[in-house]
Amino acid sequence: MAVRAAVTDWGPTLPAKLPSTTEPERLAVWKTYKLFIGGAFPRSESGRSYPITDHRGGFVANAAQASRKDLRDAVVAARKASPGWSHTTAYNRGQVLYRIAEMLEGRRAQFAEEVAAAEGLSARAARQQVSESIDRWIWFAGWSDKIASVLGAANPVAGHYFNFSVPEPTGVVGIIAPQESALLGLVSVLAPVVTSGNTAVVIASAQRPLPSVTLAEVLATSDLPVGVVNILTGHTPELAPWLASHADVDGIDLTGAGELAASLEAAAAGTVKRVLRPPSVAPDWLGDPDLARLTHFLEIKTTWHPIGV
Amino acid sequence: MTVQDHTRRGYGPDGYAPAPEARSVARLRPSYGLFVDGRFVSGGGGQMDSINPADETVLATVEVASADDVDRAVRAARRAYDEVWGPMPGRERAKYLYRIARLIQERSRELAVLESLDNGKPIREARDVDIPLAAAHFFYYAGWADKLPYAGFGSAPRPFGVAGQVIPWNFPLLMAAWKLAPALAAGNTTVLKSAETTPLSALALADIIAQADLPSGVVNIISGGPAAGQALVGHPGVDKVAFTGSTEVGKQIARDVAGSAKKVTLELGGKAANIVFDDAPTEQAVEGIVNGIYFNQGHVCCAGSRLLVQESVAEEILEALRRRISTLRLGDPLDKNTDIGAINSAAQLRRIAELTDFAETEGATRWSPPSCQLPATGYWFAPTVLTDVAPAHRVAREEVFGPVLSVLTFRTPEEAVAKANDTPYGLSAGVWTEKGSRILWMSQQLRAGVVWANTFNRFDPSSPFGGYGESGYGREGGRHGLGAYLAS
Repeated sequence: MAVRAAVTDWGPTLPAKLPSTTEPERLAVWKTYKLFIGGAFPRSESGRSYPITDHRGGFVANAAQASRKDLRDAVVAARKASPGWSHTTAYNRGQVLYRIAEMLEGRRAQFAEEVAAAEGLSARAARQQVSESIDRWIWFAGWSDKIASVLGAANPVAGHYFNFSVPEPTGVVGIIAPQESALLGLVSVLAPVVTSGNTAVVIASAQRPLPSVTLAEVLATSDLPVGVVNILTGHTPELAPWLASHADVDGIDLTGAGELAASLEAAAAGTVKRVLRPPSVAPDWLGDPDLARLTHFLEIKTTWHPIGV
Repeated sequence: MTVQDHTRRGYGPDGYAPAPEARSVARLRPSYGLFVDGRFVSGGGGQMDSINPADETVLATVEVASADDVDRAVRAARRAYDEVWGPMPGRERAKYLYRIARLIQERSRELAVLESLDNGKPIREARDVDIPLAAAHFFYYAGWADKLPYAGFGSAPRPFGVAGQVIPWNFPLLMAAWKLAPALAAGNTTVLKSAETTPLSALALADIIAQADLPSGVVNIISGGPAAGQALVGHPGVDKVAFTGSTEVGKQIARDVAGSAKKVTLELGGKAANIVFDDAPTEQAVEGIVNGIYFNQGHVCCAGSRLLVQESVAEEILEALRRRISTLRLGDPLDKNTDIGAINSAAQLRRIAELTDFAETEGATRWSPPSCQLPATGYWFAPTVLTDVAPAHRVAREEVFGPVLSVLTFRTPEEAVAKANDTPYGLSAGVWTEKGSRILWMSQQLRAGVVWANTFNRFDPSSPFGGYGESGYGREGGRHGLGAYLAS
């Protein structure tokens, strides 16, 4: 029914479809934008989709409108992936993240077009967003095998014990992606979460979700294990409360939650989730990232053992 | 000395001559005020009695903070932050903290007896654990106060401002030290609310803080129940909330601060697994199990309340454990021989009894040493072992916070990990095995903030402490504990 409604509403509008064809005589093949759950690209189990427009209001594509059930499936996939990814060696995780950058690099043009359409940027500005997104993966890739050295410690306790602390991933992290910055904002919040070994369930920008689906295609071909990142498109206010209250989600990043943030934080309290509040001022994603996002979804584990002969 | 030696020589509950500490050492006063803005004042919330849980007598009457008192305390803390403590060079703050550490050491006997009286814990533990560690925390964090730019939180880390801190009744002075020392070292000022049933040692600490000549308002210490705590946590002038206590209250605090700019750290409940493999030395493991669950009457958030013992050695371990528990001496907390003191309150005693009784209705088998005699007055609970416990039983899932050990078994390391992690909590865990690679593997697999391998219930100011999951977030102790009071 939702699909029929969409056809009725949008049928007469001639789309400004992406990617724009360079061969006028050839009819372009349009892409179907779907969800990314457990390494697969399903439509929403609800059968719903919603139309995505470019910044001028022209129809671009229908995106899958994820349901509560899709969200639960995504959490199951993320939980299943958690033991493997969290215990992958840091070196290996770094290589996988670097591979993501490589795959993105090869699709710069496609992302630039999608970002330009989604955010209403000039071609040059859109290219900058994509370039920074690629470089951001590389920055975080390099952190995977250094964060434990920076945050870990050998603690000089007053007694005959060896005592050491290491950072470990929190587990499954829900992410409400930034609503404005469709690619760079998403990468800036997603990369730090998975760098440290967390797995993620992302609710993409509601109005600008298409770059996130294309990013999912990059992730699916980057040696990233199945389920480490799951991306849902749909209506944030419909999905976010279930993510915030889900008992098998360990932390939640509310960066893109807007006015929902306070109620989502309250919902997250039910299972003592780690909550990253939205920034008080709109972030400039083009600026240099820092460690704050990388350290927020980490747990410090301290192990004691007696010393003796 | 081995367990067998104890038994053979006839040592037992009646084999000791009493060696009580003198109650007068505690310098108890008949009444105590609130410590606000450098002065002891009366409270708008009336008075409450602090009870000695060992004999149910009134130790002292304590002023209770009203919402207005909380407001006054927060304003005093703000003024002290703006005018004195914030601008003060770190090295001067450090010297104040060193003074406090020294004064705690100098008055340690008084504090130990006071703590034992008010809390019910054995004097041996107050004397050897609570008070020395409290002094050590101040000493440790004093050294950070003038080294903040080197702590790894950026070149110019800033304090948050006013910290509202709420502490539990199980380690009253030590928890006050855990809260105050890092907050003050980082440059925050504080309002600390002690627990309703154990206000006295925090007020003795207030006296020490006054002796140390700390500027007025830098530390404010108030007494009261949940209403005072809520008023403090919800006060708009509080920038940072630090809470140690139950998961239930922790969740409520997390809800209350939602949408605010307040920073929060929570140190909540636990249901720790103490895992004993078949290659562990029996006697060491038994000592670790006893220390894990009967230390401080089991009023310990990180208590090893679930014993997971490998099936092949379960009978042997349990037999040795019962023998060892039979030698534990329960009674007068002020007696230096006492191993198990009084349960802190009537309410806590009811909860322990309720959960233990329910375990029996669910099919668990209950054992306490037959020789264990409970005193006629006061709140007491015999050290208890529950066998035939299933992972789904309430007693295996809920925090008892008392001297009650649930015993479960496992066959493989993987099964031990699965059972240990089968809890919403994740504060601590114990592993007993001679195999080094297995220790490190277990530590990696266990979702717990502290893993004690071949030891248990060890604490140190330089060692981060705090949980995974519903055991809370943030760390106390070490460099990480300092970071909980700094904006980078």
